[in-house]
Amino acid sequence: MHLVLMMILQRLALGVLTLFVVSLVIFGATELLPGDLASTLLGQSATPETVAALRAQLGLDQPAPVRYWAWLTGVLQGDFGVSLATRRPIADMLATRLGNTVFLALYAAAIAVPLSLILGVLAALWRNSLFDRVANAGALSAISFPEFFLAYILIFLLAQSGYFPSMTRISPNMSLGDKLYVTFLPALTLTLVVTAHMMRMTRAAIINLMAQPYIEMARLKGLSPLRIVLRHALPNALAPIINVIAINLAYLITGVVVVEVVFVYPGLGQLMVDSVSKRDIAVVQAIALIFASAYVLLNLTADVLSTLTNPRLMRRK
Amino acid sequence: MGVVVFLIAFVAVSIPLSWAFRAALARLLPRDMAYAAGTMPLTAAFGLMVVGLYVFVALFAPLLAPFPERAVVGSQFQPWDSTHWLGTDRLGRDMLSRLIYGARNTVGIAFATTALAFLVGSLLGIWAALRGGWLDQGLSRFVDALMAIPSLIFSLLLLTIFGTSVLTLILVIAAVDATRVYRIARSVAQGVVVMDYVEAARLRGEGTWYLIRREILPNALAPLVAEFGLRFCFVFLTISSLSFLGLGIQPPTADWGSMVRDNATLITFGDVTPLLPAGAIALLTVAVNFIVDWQLYRASGLKERI
Amino acid sequence: MPLFVVSTSCYEMLTLCAEKPWRVVAGIVRHRTRRNREKHNTTNKAHQTGVTRRRLLQGATALGAAGLILPASYRPARAEPQKGGNFRIGLGHGNSTDGYDPGLWDNLYAQVFAAARHNQLIEVDSDGQLIGEIAESWDSDDGQTWVFRIRQGVTFHSGKDVTVDDVIASLNHHRGDDATSAIKQFFDPVTDIRADGDNVVVTLDAPNGDFPYLMSDYHLAIMPGADGKIDPTSTDGCGPYIVESYEPGVQATLNRNPDYWKSHRAHFDRVEILAILDSAARLNALMTGQVDLIDQIDPATIGMLEARNVANILSIPGNAHYVFPMDSRAAPFDDNNVRLALKYAIDRQQMVDTILGGHGAVSNDNPIGPANRYFYADMEPKEFDPDRARYYLRQAGMESLSVDLNVADAAFAGAVDAGALFAETAAQAGININLVREPNDGYWDNVWMQKPFVASYWGGRAVEDHMFTTGYAAGAAWNDSFWEHERFNELLVKARSEVNEDLRREMYHEMQRIVSFEGSVIIPMNNNYVMATALNVATPEQVSANWNIDGFRATERWWFA
Repeated sequence: MHLVLMMILQRLALGVLTLFVVSLVIFGATELLPGDLASTLLGQSATPETVAALRAQLGLDQPAPVRYWAWLTGVLQGDFGVSLATRRPIADMLATRLGNTVFLALYAAAIAVPLSLILGVLAALWRNSLFDRVANAGALSAISFPEFFLAYILIFLLAQSGYFPSMTRISPNMSLGDKLYVTFLPALTLTLVVTAHMMRMTRAAIINLMAQPYIEMARLKGLSPLRIVLRHALPNALAPIINVIAINLAYLITGVVVVEVVFVYPGLGQLMVDSVSKRDIAVVQAIALIFASAYVLLNLTADVLSTLTNPRLMRRK
Repeated sequence: MGVVVFLIAFVAVSIPLSWAFRAALARLLPRDMAYAAGTMPLTAAFGLMVVGLYVFVALFAPLLAPFPERAVVGSQFQPWDSTHWLGTDRLGRDMLSRLIYGARNTVGIAFATTALAFLVGSLLGIWAALRGGWLDQGLSRFVDALMAIPSLIFSLLLLTIFGTSVLTLILVIAAVDATRVYRIARSVAQGVVVMDYVEAARLRGEGTWYLIRREILPNALAPLVAEFGLRFCFVFLTISSLSFLGLGIQPPTADWGSMVRDNATLITFGDVTPLLPAGAIALLTVAVNFIVDWQLYRASGLKERI
Repeated sequence: MPLFVVSTSCYEMLTLCAEKPWRVVAGIVRHRTRRNREKHNTTNKAHQTGVTRRRLLQGATALGAAGLILPASYRPARAEPQKGGNFRIGLGHGNSTDGYDPGLWDNLYAQVFAAARHNQLIEVDSDGQLIGEIAESWDSDDGQTWVFRIRQGVTFHSGKDVTVDDVIASLNHHRGDDATSAIKQFFDPVTDIRADGDNVVVTLDAPNGDFPYLMSDYHLAIMPGADGKIDPTSTDGCGPYIVESYEPGVQATLNRNPDYWKSHRAHFDRVEILAILDSAARLNALMTGQVDLIDQIDPATIGMLEARNVANILSIPGNAHYVFPMDSRAAPFDDNNVRLALKYAIDRQQMVDTILGGHGAVSNDNPIGPANRYFYADMEPKEFDPDRARYYLRQAGMESLSVDLNVADAAFAGAVDAGALFAETAAQAGININLVREPNDGYWDNVWMQKPFVASYWGGRAVEDHMFTTGYAAGAAWNDSFWEHERFNELLVKARSEVNEDLRREMYHEMQRIVSFEGSVIIPMNNNYVMATALNVATPEQVSANWNIDGFRATERWWFA
């Protein structure tokens, strides 16, 4: 067991390193963008004096390494600082939106993960049947439509007829039932987007094992195909499946800005895009760190889980 | 409902077509390939047929398109008629012609992007696996960090910095994709580099390039090909999402991703125009992945009846 | 009798203007009206606070005449406004990075939200006239010292009375060396602001008859002050609605201010302002009854929306226009023949039909619009004429021409499409326009006035001199074509002080001709403000053409029928 613990600690240390590199890359890229917060805030009415005054007021007249260092020391003490554009504490700004983002991601995952596992197992079980082909083609068509377009189609079909709202206005004091109802369409859109990937991986991972001697053995013993797939193939195929689920969960948290825009859902993605275009670096950095942490943690969890499901992996370096 | 009827009709037509296509391939191809062609599933035949059709359309776009790519030949959103088979777009350009030219631009750009991403990503990945040590650690950690940044937002940043010409678009999407490819290539290659034959070649004193090219790459190809199929199709989606956020391909170049974006609002009123480019992307995605599935299936060693 | 007197009735003013028209013209404030360019901000920028007193002489104004175009089916109840209801607005603006500082309000969302909770000293009414808000009346003996009488008995939402000190603190927020306000430079000529009983006295360094117009600027919200400063992060105001909650870039919820001093305004019980950036999402929200008013409707879908019969379309024409400025210093645009060739190579009607969905009018490269007093309507129009374009090209000694046109939809909604149309028609005249789409992000920093041939827009001005001085006079800050014309600049100065009406008209006509045929800006069209409302939303007879969303004040002026 301590091997797993060692692995977790080692990966966490690497994760911190990853976060550091991410913050450097994001800071550098945002610095390279033309213009800065002062000029974008003032927009077209910017005059050299007002820009200079605003820059001084916001502390943007400091050289970049100094600002980065100030930011870094702040974060290491748990202080994300204040948004320069809105002058609100970043932690407050992010709290609700992070909650929204996680809620939507979990909602979509709660539908998508079981759905794709079931579809994947069935497709592997009845491989090359009509069901397999239709499920495959359907899932592939769903991911080959751009997200926003998928969303428009769902709105046209399900919102214009009045079944679900096209716009998700959520507030913290809504009941869970209401929340689930108003966010159904974005969750469904995201489900369609991620299901194909997970379903295909499930199917492929299982089929990959079907030629193994031990499966052949089970078949010769006269076990039912369903039992073979569930009891013999699936446990050994779990590692790649868990990995692809982790990737998709990370995507649900970090990559859904387009769906947020279409459904007017106040998540982190929209805030990040807005902050990039306003050059509000501290906010961009904070969100990038959240996204990167989500990615790192999910990957770590996936690795730990796959190691646990398949002890042989522990021996590998 | 019309869509469902259309889909059923589409499947009904494509099954005999695919069957005929497979039969024709089995007849026409040289013997060693004919066997594979003859035994491939209908889905794979369908995939090959569609990809062939797309390549044909892309190559001969100027001959096939009834109107020029960018010419305004009518008024806004004309209905389908005998002159403009699929109507006109929001500027009054012929929809069919733009779809045809779109095949050339979209497929071309997607192919260039994916090829570049795979060239860079898989070579670096294999190299890292082969050399190990600090090089591997450094590269892998850096790639990890890049992958931890949401790809769409990262592309947005890069495109805003470097501009939005077709070349930068290809380079940026390829760079972002290459990180994903790197990871897969590295993990696959890690399994290969410990094999005896690689060790043997190493002891023979073969160079790195030789090892990558002759020993590792051939044995790591199957999963890479599968990934190629998916990545190839995702390039369309990336371009489409980027144009949703105000970047993407330069107008007036026709490309399906941007065409979906340009006409997307119409779906709000039940108009099918934006379904055309979206359908073109979907069809290609399905086709490419049918072929990939077939190849993976052959690689898995399952000898069942199909 | 004081020289400049304007009161809520606006009546005395009329006689004054008749006496000294030149004062009015000469003293036009240079509004920096294009202050708020940014990503989604396109059609909302018309800024016509520079309506002068001369306009008032005309009685029913030109703006009034060009008021509302209503579809035949649109017969709203024009009964007395009714109270009540929850009015939900979906705007294609608003960022999660929007702040509270009045000096930095820069998009339609911030503007509409501000108008719902704040009052200013002076309001521009639906006819384009100035009426008193927190300033009950104002006057000046010499145009240099302005006295604003502050309305008594008005309270802030917090319960505090609005005092002279609050007004001074609110104005001073935009003034001074360390001020970071977008309108700081308007206050450069202000030498002193002081209290005098119930009056606020503003002293300028030179007479300016138009100073009251500046006080109607939307940045100048009256907010509670403490120690001479306002709290720029507060939402407390003395306006029609009280803020209940606000999440930047998402929504603001406000409730009617029970103590609002205007009894005939602010009819809704509750107002919700939502930021809906995606145009399809806005349409869907309106069509499914989730909002009652939306802005920025994709022109391509206006017809379909009308056909659905689920919404009323409001299309408000004004002086706003879309432009393609050319850098007149740079080759090949330094040759007027090249500029003329390009002007004849554009199909204006097609642009209006396609880019504006018909909700606008063809412009003859004229920044002065039909709503202006000296509009030159009979100027020889420029039809799309490839032969003529070729002719001018040959005059310039060229057989063909190839230029880059740098555009982004940040310039105006549909700018990229407009560029594509332009490139197509120009190709027929042997002109190759290479369309370069720039990122919206940073367009005004890196492209506009940086690249030689770009897209841009103007809100238009109600006064000819204001328009020309801001955008076409030599060396003007927004002379985005870097154009200099000796005769034009001479006329510009002369016309300001010309008393003879006919002579002035002649001068302005000549200037419009010069700009149109020798200028360096292609102006293909005037765009309307297009909004859509739910069927039960009623508006006054006259909807303001001064800014979008009824001068930002739909929340105060509209009601549910």
